[in-house]
Amino acid sequence: MRGLIAHALKANGFDVHLADDGVDGLEKLTDSDPHLIITDINMPRLDGFGVIQGIRQSRAHAMTPILVLTTESCADLKARARQAGATGWIVKPFDETTLVAIIQRVLGS
Amino acid sequence: MQNIMTDVEDGTHEVVSFKLGDQDFCIEIGLVREIRGWTPTTVIPHSQDYIKGIINLRGSVVAVVDLAARLGLGVTVPSPRHVIIIVSLGKQTVGLLAEVVSDILTVTPDMVKSVPDQIADQARDFITCILTFPNGLILRGLDLSHVLPDIEVSPA
Amino acid sequence: MAGLDELRLTFFQECEDLLDRLGDGLRELSAPDSTHEIETVHAVFRAVHSIKGGAAAFGLDALVEFAHRFETVLDGMRSERLAISDALLGVLLRAGDVLADLVAAAREGDEPPFERSSRLAAELDSLVDQSGGDTTSEEITFEPLTISFEPLADLTFDQPVGESPDDDRCRIELSLKGDFYELGHEPAGLIRALQKICHTEVQADLTQIVPLASFDPHNPMLRWNLLLADEPDRDTLSTVFEFVEDCAEIRVMTPIQVPDGSKSATDELRLSNPSEQLPILQTFQPETAQNLGLKASPGLSVPKPSAAENVHSLPTPATIRVNLDRVDRLINLIGELVIMEAMLSQVIASAGLQSNTEAASGLDRIRQLAGEIQESVMAIRAQPLRPVFQRMERIMRDVTEATGKNARLVTVGESTEVDKTVIERLVDPLTHMIRNSVDHGLEDADTRKAVGKPALGTITLSAAHRSGRVIIEVSDDGGGINRSKVRDIAESKGLIPAGTSLSPQEIDNLLFLPGFSSKTEVSSISGRGVGLDVVRREIQTLGGRVSIASVEGAGTTFTIALPLTLAVLEGMILEFGGETMVLPLSSIVETLSPASANIHTLGRSGRVMSNRGELIPIIDLTEVFNLPRQHADDQCGVLIVVEAETGSRAALAVDLIRDQRQVVIKSIEDNYGAVPGISAATILGDGRVALILDPEEVVNFSRADQQQVSLQRKG
Repeated sequence: MRGLIAHALKANGFDVHLADDGVDGLEKLTDSDPHLIITDINMPRLDGFGVIQGIRQSRAHAMTPILVLTTESCADLKARARQAGATGWIVKPFDETTLVAIIQRVLGS
Repeated sequence: MQNIMTDVEDGTHEVVSFKLGDQDFCIEIGLVREIRGWTPTTVIPHSQDYIKGIINLRGSVVAVVDLAARLGLGVTVPSPRHVIIIVSLGKQTVGLLAEVVSDILTVTPDMVKSVPDQIADQARDFITCILTFPNGLILRGLDLSHVLPDIEVSPA
Repeated sequence: MAGLDELRLTFFQECEDLLDRLGDGLRELSAPDSTHEIETVHAVFRAVHSIKGGAAAFGLDALVEFAHRFETVLDGMRSERLAISDALLGVLLRAGDVLADLVAAAREGDEPPFERSSRLAAELDSLVDQSGGDTTSEEITFEPLTISFEPLADLTFDQPVGESPDDDRCRIELSLKGDFYELGHEPAGLIRALQKICHTEVQADLTQIVPLASFDPHNPMLRWNLLLADEPDRDTLSTVFEFVEDCAEIRVMTPIQVPDGSKSATDELRLSNPSEQLPILQTFQPETAQNLGLKASPGLSVPKPSAAENVHSLPTPATIRVNLDRVDRLINLIGELVIMEAMLSQVIASAGLQSNTEAASGLDRIRQLAGEIQESVMAIRAQPLRPVFQRMERIMRDVTEATGKNARLVTVGESTEVDKTVIERLVDPLTHMIRNSVDHGLEDADTRKAVGKPALGTITLSAAHRSGRVIIEVSDDGGGINRSKVRDIAESKGLIPAGTSLSPQEIDNLLFLPGFSSKTEVSSISGRGVGLDVVRREIQTLGGRVSIASVEGAGTTFTIALPLTLAVLEGMILEFGGETMVLPLSSIVETLSPASANIHTLGRSGRVMSNRGELIPIIDLTEVFNLPRQHADDQCGVLIVVEAETGSRAALAVDLIRDQRQVVIKSIEDNYGAVPGISAATILGDGRVALILDPEEVVNFSRADQQQVSLQRKG
């Protein structure tokens, strides 16, 4: 899944950095400044909600858009992600066009 | 689709290997939809000898190609130890009749060798590359686009 | 970029609908008994206007330019400066054709048909000149009735507030809530997303801005007013605002056309109590708007009831646009259900259960239900032939223009419903047949006059359901087929040996032979290298038949008989040569036991059956399909007489008839290819595949000399 998204985004001209899990993600953020963060919910060591909270509390990325990957349009998950500070969500499975459209909308590009 | 299966970073990919007679062949795992046991086919009148017939694959009608016959290695008499490898290439889905599937193997770029030009054989047309493994195993990489029956467009 | 491509696609899809509406409206106005309802003129105007708006967003200049001139004439009609006349409607109909051409050219990325469009544009312009005066000013106005939001400050961003006279745009007010920015949102993203949908004018509402000292960073003060050139559907809008529904207030206001055409009102959906703010999904339902309007408490802004009624009582039934794949998937699943049911009944039968057991009667009920579901789903795919017939009116205009023949098209039964796939694939054959009828069927004006016929020729296109099939007829009131000429041509082209004895019907059927073209000089209309043989083949691939009937001096009728659906078929399950195959019931004339049939041997291996004075060739299917013979003697079990659409008959010899039932048609061409004598496959109760015979091809095998040829050609 991660590879697929990276592949689709790279194909559309985005520069993509991958992280292995929640903790790795937060660590990688300390020395990079992405325009947008995409995170899964179920991840080893630190789940998606934790990652979002961590990012929102950080100084550097507090206002960076964060998109959450959810498997189905589960209202509960969306609400929790929103509570934690997520900007939006991407419902799996998705197609490349939808993905890129969502990202562009969120980035305002 | 193929490049999704291939991990771009180190160029390795996975193949499904199977036997036809005493030779080992393989196809890219990304093209394989499923592998099922032999089921009797419905004969298609006036078809090529390498077309074993058609089967019902969960509601779709799929032709079964006798790979050995297709490669000029003799007609297969199907038995329960044979399998049908369902592959998809583009919009076409076809079953390939083969002997037991041996394995799923990881291939690194250095294992891929080109086919020596000297080999003049019917099978040569269907083989894209030869994969050599450290244990001495040699796999013939099948070119599916040559193996599948041409879709003959209806006369209209 | 992919996203933009998708939007283009949506635009062109909408164009199809709009062009349909345009065509409907123009037809209604041109009908002999038309009352020239002003509302119809409005509908036509709106369709052209919407196409113009969308085209402008995609920079399709040629289309915009033409639509604008078209719209100007319609505007003149709307305001009754232009009187509606037959001449005017004639121009408008052709302008509609050109508009459709321009849309098609834009969609395909082709060069627009400049020559034709500029000719029509000039005609349109001259109409406007006649009416005198400039009519370009639009009369749909944007006058909010009771505006419940605060007036805007003098400071505006982009352009003055959109209350200019020609404003019939959709308006969205966007005000941001506290956590909008904190959640990583950016208004520019939303605005750009809207701009990708249609032209969107942006105004910043600065009324809420406070002095810097009292500025609260957690309380965004900038509001946005967005004016959309088109009214996007609510799905599109809710996608755009998907993530911000709970951190921004979004109010959508859509314009309403007032029936007298002089004004438009704003359908204001904002409630005075913010806690009752409508979620966006509801905001976009006109029904809801009406309900709100009727139940309005004082203080709510409500459009004039007449306006609301007018909009909401449009007779269009509620429809949804569904991806055809989804319907097809449903059809496939029901096909599976039917097959499973067949498997179960086979199991129950072989278990020796009586038909009065609960299992058996439950299964009966399942069979009924499956049948009903199947019918309902098929009904989803079924669509009226109207759009195809309407396209034929256009073809008619083109062909009469090109041939200079004076003719009209009369359509009957255009609400007859047929499977969508069938409808799409009927366009080409029908186009060809209409062209053929005008070009070859109708005599020229002088000849018509000489025989006392009206100068205006008539082509009738009719459709009807008849005994489980759809019958479409194309007939002309021309001179009928000149049989001696047809015969001469066929002989000179070597299609038939000279001096063959042929019945009139057989001569008529020569027209369907490949390589036959009855006109000596190739005409630019129907002589485009395609003959009626192509028509016949196309209809055959749809499982249909074409026949021809002609009366000298009175005209020619082509009849197409089509199955209602391409998904299921009523068939007989046959066994021969150890194989099981299905024969479509529609082709079967009768079944006979060989004992009762009068069989004669002809020559070395040919056999015929004499039946009520008719000699019918016997075709042994085991032999035709090269299958192993199951019985030592060549005595077959049963003979089935089938009829080809040429009227020729043959008796198929098979081992036995096992069953008669509905089978689900599965393509074998998708994954394998065409098989001679076979039209498709199906899956039987035991899960195995059975081939469906193509009686037409099989009967043709019986023409002894062709038998080997046709099999070898394809095999």
